[in-house]
Parts: sequence; structure tokens; C-alpha cells
Amino acid sequence: MNSGSGGSIKGLVYVVGDNIDTDAIIPAEYLNLVPTIKSEYEKLGSYALSGLPDSMPRFVEAGAARSRYVIVVAGQNFGCGSSREHAPIALGAAGVRAVVAESYARIFFRNAVATGELYPMESARRLCGSFRTGDEAELDLNAGRIVKVASGDSFELRPLGAVAPVIAAGGIFGYARKAGMIGSAPGRA
Amino acid sequence: MNKNSQTITEKILARAAGQESVRPGDNIWVNADILLTHDICGPGTIGVFKREFGEDARVWDSEKVVIIPDHYIFTADEKAHRNVEFLKQFAAGQKLAHFYPPGTGSYRGVCHVALPEAGHVRPGEVIFGTDSHTCTHGAFGAFATGIGNTDAGFVMGTGKLLIKVPPTARFRIEGSFPAGVVGKDVILRIIGDIGVDGANYMAMEFCGSALAALDMDERMTICNMAIEAGAKNGIIAPDGVTAKWLEGRTGKPYRPLYSDEGAEAAFERVYDAADFVPCVAKPHLPSNYAPARDMRGTPLDRAYIGSCTGGKLKDFVMAARILKGRKVKIPTFLVPATAEVAMGLMTTVVDGKPLVTIFVEAGCEDIAPPSCAACLGGPADTYGRVAGSESVISTTNRNFIGRMGSKSASIYLASPLTVAASAVEGRVADPVKYL
Repeated sequence: MNSGSGGSIKGLVYVVGDNIDTDAIIPAEYLNLVPTIKSEYEKLGSYALSGLPDSMPRFVEAGAARSRYVIVVAGQNFGCGSSREHAPIALGAAGVRAVVAESYARIFFRNAVATGELYPMESARRLCGSFRTGDEAELDLNAGRIVKVASGDSFELRPLGAVAPVIAAGGIFGYARKAGMIGSAPGRA
Repeated sequence: MNKNSQTITEKILARAAGQESVRPGDNIWVNADILLTHDICGPGTIGVFKREFGEDARVWDSEKVVIIPDHYIFTADEKAHRNVEFLKQFAAGQKLAHFYPPGTGSYRGVCHVALPEAGHVRPGEVIFGTDSHTCTHGAFGAFATGIGNTDAGFVMGTGKLLIKVPPTARFRIEGSFPAGVVGKDVILRIIGDIGVDGANYMAMEFCGSALAALDMDERMTICNMAIEAGAKNGIIAPDGVTAKWLEGRTGKPYRPLYSDEGAEAAFERVYDAADFVPCVAKPHLPSNYAPARDMRGTPLDRAYIGSCTGGKLKDFVMAARILKGRKVKIPTFLVPATAEVAMGLMTTVVDGKPLVTIFVEAGCEDIAPPSCAACLGGPADTYGRVAGSESVISTTNRNFIGRMGSKSASIYLASPLTVAASAVEGRVADPVKYL
């Protein structure tokens, strides 16, 4: 799990367009991997975004386990398609800490929040044209903005809203424990 | 609009939350009636459940956790077999009442067709499933939605889930559909109109006299693809057709709910059924709508009939109506969704011939055993999986790049009638002239 309690995320950006579906994020042939098994979690990371067209730059280099990119910038409806939690998990396992998209498909957003794998941030306006793959960016979660390091250009992000307390609690289990709905996790009492 | 009126989705969620009423946007804890999982998300869900509740924890209700392996069944893939084995051990250890393992007489096949067949879907209930096409079960007037492993692990332990009440997008279709127009054409047209995120986070409610005339298989096809417009759930009010279908399937009493007159919707679209035509969704999005007649002549390399969307008995009956006495010009792959459908191919007769005979005589490929098969590509040895740059016309639900196994393939989505007519011509065809 990559996300914690706010702060800032600095690193290289990978830019994609609209309607990036879950088959692009993690092709179905890798769904035989079980994310709760550590070695298979890592393997999922090595296949992150491998379903994108071959004309796109590789997200994870051949033979590498993780990506150079820590922020994905996307257009509308990121993560559409399947409910496979392998999608946010593959990105998280590859080292992605946040996606900044114009909008999300419902289940991807929900899974990102429930797992705490990455921050699903919404940009106030479309950023696909404002960043290029390989740009360095700094995402300030508290201030709600993403800054292009080279130029200093700053772009506004939307507030997380109703899911903020769930993200702050580290996901659905942390949130339910905080509310006293379920007991403490085994070994974490 | 009456402020006190509620939609069917709101009423089901309110009852499941123990509240008088709910409004769109409310975040509420609801009680689940069924948690469905399968072989590709079940092991991870169980992993989350054990991590969070303990190795020896018990599921919240062994009657309500339903496990239906269906994705990677007929493959030599070792991890796929390991995953099914893992489910077998878990189901035995938890004494789950409803587990349908491969290699046994209780194996069923594709979970969204099997779940209602096996009597686990009832109007007015709340169904969570670790599969985006769980929205299929809204065809029975249930609230049904797809969730991830972590949420499913939570439901497995508690029977509850925190959800946001979706606003409703209403689609009212009045009148009668023209010959050749079936459920698949209806949902592809609607997705084409509103886009792949046109109902994102919403409940898609389908109503009107044209819907009432459809049987359960076609209603399931419509609700099945609500997710392709981003919806949280698709739903059709239960009626006499629903009740009749459920007779003998479920012995449990159920309490159906219905939308109030004048219940508020985020938006409503009204259609005249007569305006629908047989259609396809062109590569590479389900919203790339085109009337089949406008696409006539587009060359194809293969045809595929199967999946939760298009592998039900009615789907094969429709295909048989066109394939009877004709020959296919391209390899045509048939995958019945479930064992019950597979049996139906032998016992159901069209114009005096069993479906299976019609398909053999038409020159279709050998009928595969029931599973999700090539709908989502799957392991390399999956039946019907696309490996090259083929153009495929398919009754399945998604035509994303790579969806059926190859990034260079082109997938056209269509109804069983349009797929069968296209198989006969080896090119995209309008089925109307064959009916």
C-alpha cells in the first residue's frame, strides 16, 4: 500500500487519454494472480498498463518490477470496465501513488479508495495536454494542486469530498474500525 | 415531481439500511442478501477476509455467500487450477451452502446466468458481486452491483457495505420493437446515446410497455450492460414475467418494490420502440453505435456467441432461427453460459430441430463447455481466444482493445441475430432479411 495521510507526491508523470479501461490497466490473462499473495502482488505491478496500445511508451520496462512513473495523468472515465481490484493494485504495486484524472469510472474509484493503493484525484480541468509523459510533477494533497516542476505551472484538483474520511482512515476497514463497527485486525490489536 | 416519491433503487436501499427513505448522495450502510464471487476474484477476496478478520474467522452467513467458479475453468493454467482448489478448501471449511465447483455435477458456469438459475436472485433484495456484470440481476427488480475484493472481503465478514445512494437515470421505452430488434440492440443504442460514462455512478432504470413485453433473458441482457455506461446498477421493475420465471427457482418469499409515480430522476429519456434497429458497437468502445444496415459488408474473420450477456438459452434460440438451413462462412464459436443452457441446446427445438443439430449442420465450431471463455481473453489456451488481428463479431459485452485476447483484434458487439446473420455472410449483416 502506497498511500498514507496526505502530504506531497513528487515524481515522473505518465499521460494517457480518455476511457482507459481495466483491460488496458491489467489484461485479463493476469487475473490468475492473487493480489493478497505478496509475490503475485508484485508480479501484477510488472504488468501494469501493459494492455495499452503498443504505440504508447512502456509503463514498466521489460524485466522491471516497478515503473519509473509515480503519477498517472488521465482524461475522462479512467478505469472503466471490470470490477477487478487488480487494476488499482497493479498500479499501486508498480509504484504509482496517485492518478490525476478528469473523471473516474465508479468501481475503479471505489477500489482505489477501499484498498488505499493510490489516491484517485480529480483535476478541475483536463490536464492531458498540460503534461507529457516523463515530466516531473509535484502533487500537493493538502493544498489540492499538481505542479509541473520544470515550469512551475500549477493546476487545481477537486476536493475528495465524502470519501476523504475513508481515505484518511486507510480504506474501508480502517474507516469501519474507527466507527467501532468491527473489531481490530488480527495481530494489530 | 413528488419530493416524497422514491425510485425502486432508493426503496430497496432504504429497506436494506433500515431507513424509511434515502436520497441520492446519502452514504448509508446496507445489509447484503447475497455476496457472489468467482474464481478470479474469490481467492483475493478470501485473502482480504482472512487478513482482516483472522485465519479462523467465519463468514457472516454461510447461506448468503455464493461462490460460482466460471472464468478460467477449461485451461491448463496452473494458477487457475490452484485458485479453484483454494475456493474448494474455503467452501468446505466454511460449510458454504452454495458452491458450484468445476469437475462435479454441481458445476454451473457463468455466474450471472447461474445465480438466478440456482435461485439466488429475488426482487427487492441487495446483491453484491465481485464482478462488474453483477448489475445483470437488476433484471429481477433487485439492487445488484459489482464491487472489488476489499469491499467483498468486508461484506464476507460483516454482511454490510457502505454505499452512496445513486441518482436514477430513467429510460422509458413505449410501444413494440420491430422484427429483428432484441434486448442487445436496445442497450447498445442507449449506451451509444449517453456514452460509456453517460450513467456513471447512477442507477439505470428501464421501464415502459416495450420492456414489459420482453422475457427475462432479454431483460438480463439489458441490465447486464448498464455497467458499460458506467452505472452502479441497472434495474427493471418485477412483474408477472419475473414472478413466473422465479417459480420453482426460489422457495424463499420475497418482497418486491416499485418506483413511485413521479419519483425524481437525474434525467429521463423516452424512446419509441419502433425507432430501434438491429445494430453493432464498433471497435473499441461499447458506445460506438452503428445500425447494422450501415455497416453491411464490413469483413469479419469469426463470430462468437457466449458470455453472461449473450450466452443464455434465448440467445442461442435467436441464433438458431437464422442459422437453420444455412451455412456459416466464418469460424463461429458457441459457448453456452451455463450447464443448464448447454442442456437446453439439446432439448430445445426450433422448427423441428434441436439447437445443437442446427449449429452442427450450419458448420459452427464444436460447442464449448460452459464458462466465460474468450469474452475476456483469459489464459492463452482459452477456447475462442483471439490471438491475431482478426475482426470478430460477438454477443459479448466489451470491445476494448485487447479484450478478447489480442490488442490488434477488432471486436464488433451485436445481438445473437446480427451475429448469426453476419456469420452466414462472413461480413456484418442486417438480420432483418433472414426473419
